Amino acid sequence: MTTTMHGAIAPSETTHHPDLRLFGLIVFLCSEGMLFFGLFAAYLTFRAVATEWPPEGTPELELLLPGINTIILVSSSFVIHQADEAIKENKLAAVRGWFLATFVMGAIFIAGQVYEYAHLEFGLTSHLFGSTFYILTGFHGLHVLIGLTLIAAVLARSLKPGHYTEHSHFGIAAASIYWHFVDVIWIVLFLLLYLL
Amino acid sequence: MTQVIPHYPVGDAQPNRTPWWTYFTFSTDHKVIGIQYLVTTFVFYLIGGALAAIIRTELATPDSDLMPPEWYNGMFTMHGTVMIFLWIVPSVTGGFGNYLVPLMIGARDMAFPFLNALAFWMIVPGAALLMGSFFVGPASTGWTAYPPLSILTDQHAGQIMWIFSLLIIGTSSILAAVNFVVTIWSMRMPGMKLFDMPLFCWATLAAAIMVLTSTPVLAGALILLSFDLMGGTNFFNPTGGGDPVVYQHLFWFYSHPAVYVMILPVFGIISEVLPPHARKPIFGYKAIAYSSMMICALGLFVWAHHMFTSGTPDWLRIFFMVATLLVAVPTGIKVFSWLATLWGGKLRLESPLLFGVGFISMFVVGGLSGVMLGSAPIDIHVHDTYFVVGHFHYVLFGGSVFGIYAGLYHWFPKMTGRMFNEFWGKVHFVLTFVGFNLCFLPMHILGLMGMPRRVAQYDPQFTTINQICTFGAFLLAISTIPFLINAVYSWLWGEPAADNPWQALTLEWTTSSPPHPHNWEGEPVLESGPYDYGKEYSRSSSRH
Repeated sequence: MTTTMHGAIAPSETTHHPDLRLFGLIVFLCSEGMLFFGLFAAYLTFRAVATEWPPEGTPELELLLPGINTIILVSSSFVIHQADEAIKENKLAAVRGWFLATFVMGAIFIAGQVYEYAHLEFGLTSHLFGSTFYILTGFHGLHVLIGLTLIAAVLARSLKPGHYTEHSHFGIAAASIYWHFVDVIWIVLFLLLYLL
Repeated sequence: MTQVIPHYPVGDAQPNRTPWWTYFTFSTDHKVIGIQYLVTTFVFYLIGGALAAIIRTELATPDSDLMPPEWYNGMFTMHGTVMIFLWIVPSVTGGFGNYLVPLMIGARDMAFPFLNALAFWMIVPGAALLMGSFFVGPASTGWTAYPPLSILTDQHAGQIMWIFSLLIIGTSSILAAVNFVVTIWSMRMPGMKLFDMPLFCWATLAAAIMVLTSTPVLAGALILLSFDLMGGTNFFNPTGGGDPVVYQHLFWFYSHPAVYVMILPVFGIISEVLPPHARKPIFGYKAIAYSSMMICALGLFVWAHHMFTSGTPDWLRIFFMVATLLVAVPTGIKVFSWLATLWGGKLRLESPLLFGVGFISMFVVGGLSGVMLGSAPIDIHVHDTYFVVGHFHYVLFGGSVFGIYAGLYHWFPKMTGRMFNEFWGKVHFVLTFVGFNLCFLPMHILGLMGMPRRVAQYDPQFTTINQICTFGAFLLAISTIPFLINAVYSWLWGEPAADNPWQALTLEWTTSSPPHPHNWEGEPVLESGPYDYGKEYSRSSSRH
């Protein structure tokens, strides 16, 4: 084997490679976004095909509570972003504070969602609007719960000394990207279900 | 922040033979995982093939006399599901992709080895669910599971198991695709630009993007379907205000791209197999690379050509018809490039190239009948007839399976470190080629005569042609025997293979056969372009 060819490369860097987990997560979230895209498309088609939408007798959706919930969730994205900035200056205490705040905001969102479910006059099987409403919000709620789990896991890990540093903080970045994803999905969902 | 891979002790007596039990463990080595995929999926191919043989036996006579018609429905449903989700998709992506991509781009492994192993082992519960449904009455509404049929089915438990099995296998497929995109994009050895990659990597990248885009939409459809089955909703049930056509859209938004997921990596295999066995550079490297990406983009916008008879409005039919016919352009670019690669080459007509050339000829037949079916006026006449069955077996068997065989023969020396028996390889090719055409060519005639698909009974006027098909199917079943014996015998006792028995130029041939656990004992060296045959390594001056 001749290694004298021009253009031949024998680098040692191939045994190491940069941390690609964030790239992987973003690719995965693009894919997961397609799940919601499919459900949104189904919702819009059901709506377009139906003779009357929402079906006769469906009460107007209350906007106040979901509106407040939306404001809380959207703001929480800015809150968690502060943690992302703080870790770059190695301020671990600040990270914990921002994550805790995000967790509380997410929990309030879920509580609001549960309250809304309990007080709605229609159920999953009442009619097509009810079915799509519960499936879409339910699936999103499930993602919020996963996001809360991630945030809790980061909080727990941050107690280990030296786990997150300014140079190594994949967990923090991942949890916050996931949280932004959940947030963006909710904005589309809110527009489709409540406002459109 | 870097992940450091520990160095491996070198120089033991048989350093690179992987002990057999490794293949039954949660290994994170991409080569082990690749072979795990290839062997596992081949077992499912045999199971799916056995189901096909039973189906063809039933169809040897016009009456439904071998088994009750409900059983027959379960048989063809399972046949389709197993062949697509447990054989071709995981074999061409998980199997060849995992084994070859890191070796071809000069990487030590995939970007996420643990995720890779996880994706493979998810196939096990997924397949167990699917196979287990035989004991509760398998799903019997076709691999498409169209509602309202699939909602009103008697085989409730089987249908639910079918749904969950597909959700698990689909997730596995998504995780594998994440790995491919990140690995191909970020793990190429320094100096290897995108357009220095072997074409198999381009094809795998395109297929992975399609998996990522479309599989979640199928998951959405299946989740809604499972709520209809178990949760009392009526998404797809017209009697409850739902719309079954929405399911068809969601289903085909995945399932049409799925055919490209099954064929794009095989296009890649053929682009790798032809040049070394024709001793010529590939013709139109960039055209083939771009055409993979073009198929990836166009292929996402053609799904409703499966629904020309579903009350689709005319303007939508015309849009999807034109989009479908457009896919023939990048596909044609590939076929012409392959032919030009073969043209004037010093052909080494051994098993890999025989299956490669078999692939091109059979795939073109399937591609042409695909153009016919893509035209709404013809499709409306032959929809749900045996013409469609003939067509998709030409692309999936004559295309994908022939390509898989070409790849298996081509990389067998690299994977096992031993040569296969060429004589039995040729016997295998002849039996497969003859059996395949006897089985599937007459189906086009049956379809044009009006024989519907998915029926256990048929009009006695179709008997003779059906019997030819059945004879061909048996020949196909027999054809796997020489392959299996050859593969097992050669793997154990075959003549030891050289590192580069085909004098090929892609990177996987620069390491030992089988490769070192970390792919190269030292560092991989990029000496020439992947296809610079007869160019005296002119790559450096022309491209840098």
